[in-house]
Parts: sequence; structure tokens; C-alpha cells
Amino acid sequence: MTAPRSWNRLPRVAPDAVHALTQRSAGVPDSLPRPLLAYGSGRSYGDVCLTEQGTLLLTRGLDRFIEFDPQRGVLRCESGVTLAEILALVVPQGWFLPSTPGTRLATVGGAVANDVHGKNHHAVGSFGHHVRALEVWRSDGSVIVCRPEDDNGWFSATIGGLGLTGLIRWVELQLMPIQNPWMWVESQRFANLDEFWALNRRAEARWPYTVAWIDCLAKGKAQGRGILLAGQHAASQAEFPAFKEGGKRIPVDPPFSLVNGLSLRAFNTLYYRQSVKPQGTLTHYVPYFYPLDAIQDWNRIYGRRGFYQYQCVIPPREAEAATAALLDTIARRGEGSFLAVLKTFGTKPSLGMLSFPRPGTTLALDFPNRGNKTLRLLEELDAIVREAGGTLYPGKDARMPASLFQSGYPQWEAFSDYIDPGFSSRFWQRVTS
Amino acid sequence: MNSLNRVILFGATSAIAEQTARQLVAQGASLYCVGRNRDKLMALIDDLKVRASDQQQIDGCVADLTDSDQHARLIDAGERALGGIDGVLIAHGTLPDQQACQADVDKTRQEIETNALSVISLLTLLANRLEQQQHGVIAVISSVAGDRGRQSNYVYGAAKGMVTLFLQGLRNRLAKASVDVVTIKPGFVDTPMTAELDKGGPLWAKPEQIATGIIKAMQKGKGEVYLPWFWWGIMLIIKHIPEAIFKRMSL
Repeated sequence: MTAPRSWNRLPRVAPDAVHALTQRSAGVPDSLPRPLLAYGSGRSYGDVCLTEQGTLLLTRGLDRFIEFDPQRGVLRCESGVTLAEILALVVPQGWFLPSTPGTRLATVGGAVANDVHGKNHHAVGSFGHHVRALEVWRSDGSVIVCRPEDDNGWFSATIGGLGLTGLIRWVELQLMPIQNPWMWVESQRFANLDEFWALNRRAEARWPYTVAWIDCLAKGKAQGRGILLAGQHAASQAEFPAFKEGGKRIPVDPPFSLVNGLSLRAFNTLYYRQSVKPQGTLTHYVPYFYPLDAIQDWNRIYGRRGFYQYQCVIPPREAEAATAALLDTIARRGEGSFLAVLKTFGTKPSLGMLSFPRPGTTLALDFPNRGNKTLRLLEELDAIVREAGGTLYPGKDARMPASLFQSGYPQWEAFSDYIDPGFSSRFWQRVTS
Repeated sequence: MNSLNRVILFGATSAIAEQTARQLVAQGASLYCVGRNRDKLMALIDDLKVRASDQQQIDGCVADLTDSDQHARLIDAGERALGGIDGVLIAHGTLPDQQACQADVDKTRQEIETNALSVISLLTLLANRLEQQQHGVIAVISSVAGDRGRQSNYVYGAAKGMVTLFLQGLRNRLAKASVDVVTIKPGFVDTPMTAELDKGGPLWAKPEQIATGIIKAMQKGKGEVYLPWFWWGIMLIIKHIPEAIFKRMSL
């Protein structure tokens, strides 16, 4: 069979074996080669979900709900359940995920292991803040149930622990009440970075959800121009617009990337010039939170060579200067993504020892893989991030140097004590060797 | 259209039955699930309970279906729990190791017991009951392997072939009582039962797809259904290859 891949389709590495889990109470056969690593929906980027030796444990077969209390909004489910499957169950009953990444196709186990965040980080923190309990199976056959109130370290090691503390078998979440599936969304254009900072500060004070899409190719006075979307769950009202999910997909692998200087410039300019709705509009939660899920296999537009995602976080003091420097570098090279995503994290400290979200500004971009040319650009960006005291997101990384990981995650050595000796990933080997 | 409000599932923890159960629950059905493995069955029932509304009944029990002495009791328990039976899906089965069966007739017997005789025992009891109530639908997961014996798995094929033929007769008999008998013939399905096989190629289907096909066939009261449909064409060709040629082929 073809080896599972991560979402950006690189690196291409194959494990010795692949084993599909279907029963949460069953262990992993001793006959399977070690080390082990869980692989859910393959929606993370890079090699955090991949291994070159041992066995990849496919967790999508662990897709059962265990218990749901619709009065209190507490859901316990197996780790291979996707966020989409949760939403399909709980939204009609008036509940929502308190924190969600930009795809609902990720599994719950993956969301925990990467301590994912959403557009409302400044208001509610990250995914791990809403986990009430979880169970980890260790390769020696033991089982650990972790809760945030425990003081033995297992919870904070497993939240954002990149699947290395063992196999997460189930997760219990505290959901958030909503009135209906609709969002009230305001969009506003900003002409450059300075305007963004001011607008964003005002928006974050008033709105639970904020995120900005920026044209990363714009230079000079227009640097950092873009659109800020601020949203909140809609209140009860008598009528909502009709909503029907579409089913577009990218049907084939183009032999080369469809993302190039020309298509990028055209797209970003058009996106920036779209009509904005400062007075607000109703949007269904699906297109609001998951615009890219609407195009199945969108990762194919980057062609067979795949792409790099680059997501960094910069501490508050350096954020404005470093963001400008990053955008300068990208615009000068004419490389870059359909739209960069710019957002500031709140001050709520993450619960995980290796969690990515922390106070500061996060910028996320995709770069088509053009080999060394791309790698050199990313190294230039690394230098800016390092200088500013920032770091990169492991769940979206295929190449960061060990030094950048270790400086950005000072607890990595303490975390090592919690790693299951039977588990490893290519990412972990790369950033700790 | 047969209503599927109250359905008993035998072999409920099989991948196809589990997906069928989820889709039936989404359509408002109450279910009684019979499975052999306690942990798997409890996980299935918990999951279905979360998906069901308060008005739906989700229940079940652990049983080894090769023990046919239990069958009447199981059907009674299901009927009691649901307050009646609209439909039954028989989905239990094993994929035998053909080589092992060739070496040992006891293994062959055991496989025929599991895949054919236990099904026939259940069918005998269910047929009498539904015939009496004059409505309902019985669906059984047979296999395309039952359409023609092939060297690579003729023990499984023979058991499924027996089931297919038995169902033909039963369908004929129960038509008068307005009870539908549905033979499901899936092709290759990506399930734990086929975990050892290479899943390359376009012929492999997902259990969710098969489940959707099963529910449609049960509602419409179809006779024999190939799932996905294209296996009808494949098997038409395979069934019509002259034996003189077929016996030399390596299928």
C-alpha cells in the first residue's frame, strides 16, 4: 500500500508497517515493529505524524462516541473521531467546539497532540484548555487517564505532546453552548500593517473570533494590506439564510504547482479588492471556520512536489518589527502563498509543555516546494524569527533546524521524560538529534 | 417501502453492520445488536446511544452465533426490547484461511458452520416469525464469492453459495406473506476482515457505501443486490466463463 502522507505531501517517507486500529480497548500486537506513532487524518504538515521506521498506527477506525451529556455539553469520544463528526452530532443540540483549527477534518487525537488553536485564541486559549480528561495507552500495556488538575505532569506532557507520550485512546471535551449554527461576521479592509495593528486591537477587545488574511506580496506602503474578519456566534433570531454545502474537489495531481507568481498576484489582488461588509453579515459556521475544507484535496494545487507551510509566533514586543521584516523578505522574493494568515494570540498560558500558542503574533504561509530556492527563503525567515525570540509550529513543520525548536520549546528536555519508549516520530528525531 | 424502525442486527460489530447501524440510527431507528466480542459490542452500543434520540431504543447482547441453541432466545430478546421487528440484518461471518481448510476438514466444517449453518438456523426461526406477522424484511450479507467456486477461497464461497441459494428459496416462500428477503453480495470491502489483503485498485469499497446500499435494498425490498452495483457485471462475466476454460484459470 502507499505510505500515508501529511497534508503538504512532504517528506515522502514510509514506515516499516501500517496497522489500522479499530478497537480502543485492544492494544497493539507485539509482532509489529517499534517505534509506534499514531496517524489520524493526516491533516498536520511535515513529519510530526510520520515515521521512517516502525509502525504507523492508523486511528481513524477509533471513531466512536462514548458518552454525551447534552445538558452540560460534555462529550467523551475515541481519538479517531473527526471534528466534523463531533460538530454534526453536537451543533443541532446547541453545542460547539470551544476551539477549532481551520479544518474540521482533523481528528480529536490530533487536535490534542498538536494543541491546535482557532481564531478565538485571545478569548478562550487553545484546544487543550477545553479537555477535561484523556486516556493514554503506553507501549508497556499500561494505561494512564490524565486530567488537567493532576499534578503528575502527564496531562501537560500529552497536550501538545505530538503523540509521543503514547496512544491517545479517548478524549473528554467541555463544549461551548451556541444558539444556532450561524455566525455574525464583519469584514474590514486595512491598507497596511500599521492599520492592521490598530484595527486588530479594537476587534479583539470586542469579538471572540478575529483573523486577518493578508496579501503577502504587497510592498512598500501597501505592505501587509488585507482583510480582517471578526465574528461571533449569532444570537437567536427568527430567520436565517439558506445554507447548502457544496462539493468541489481538485480531481488530479497537476504535474507542477498551479501556484506561481502570476496566479498569486492575481488572486491576492482580487481577494484584497473584494467587497467588505463592515456592517456585518450572517455566515454559516462551515464556510466561516472551514473555507478550505470546501475544496476537497486542495493540497493538490501545489503539484506533486508538495509545499511547505511556515507558521511562526513572535513575542509581543518584537511582533510589529519582525512581521514587517518577514513580509519584506517574502515580497522581495516574490514567493509566497495564496494569502497569509495573521492573528494575535491571547495571554492565556497554554497547558502543554510543547504547546505552540503563546502570547504574540502568529503568521502562517504556504510555499510551493521549489527545492533549494524555497529552503533558502525559509532559512532567511528562520533568522528573523530566531532574532525576535519566536519559534515555529511543529504541527506545520517539515524542516526547522533543531536549534530553533530547542530555543522555542525550552521544556523539551523535561518533556523527554514523558515520551513512551516505544513511540517516536521523524519530527522528534530531527529536532532533537 | 419497508419501514426500518425496529431492526435486529446479528454480527453487529462487523464493520459493515456498524456503519449500517449508524445510518439506521440517523434515520430514527431503534436497534437490537448482537455481537460476539463484549468490548466491541459495548463500544458500539455506547456510540449508537450517543447518536440516538431519547425516543430511540438501543440495546443488545453478547452471543456466539455458532451456538444455534441460543437463536430463539436472542430473537425473543430483540423483539421484546424493540416492541416488534420490522427488519433483520444478518452480518456475522469469518473469512477462512483457504490453505488451512484444505489441510483440515474440521476447519472447513467450522467455517461452514459459522458462515452458512448458523445463518440458516437464524433464518428458519426468523422466517416463521415474520411469516406469521405478515410484514418485515430479512437481509443477509452473502458474497460475490458465493456465485462461483474458485480455487483461492472455495470454502468461503461454498458457504456463501449455500446461503445465497437458501435465501432464493426463502424469498420465494415468503413473498406470499409480504415478507422481503434480501441477499446482499458485496465485493471487496475495506474492513478489518480483509486487513491482510492489499487494498489497491478501484474495486475496493468503504463499509459506509455498502451500508447505504444495504439500507436502500432493505427499504425497497429488493431480491439480490450487488454492492457496489458494478459487481453485477463482473460476476455476470465470471459466472458465464465455460467450466472447461474456468478450471484452468487462476482466480
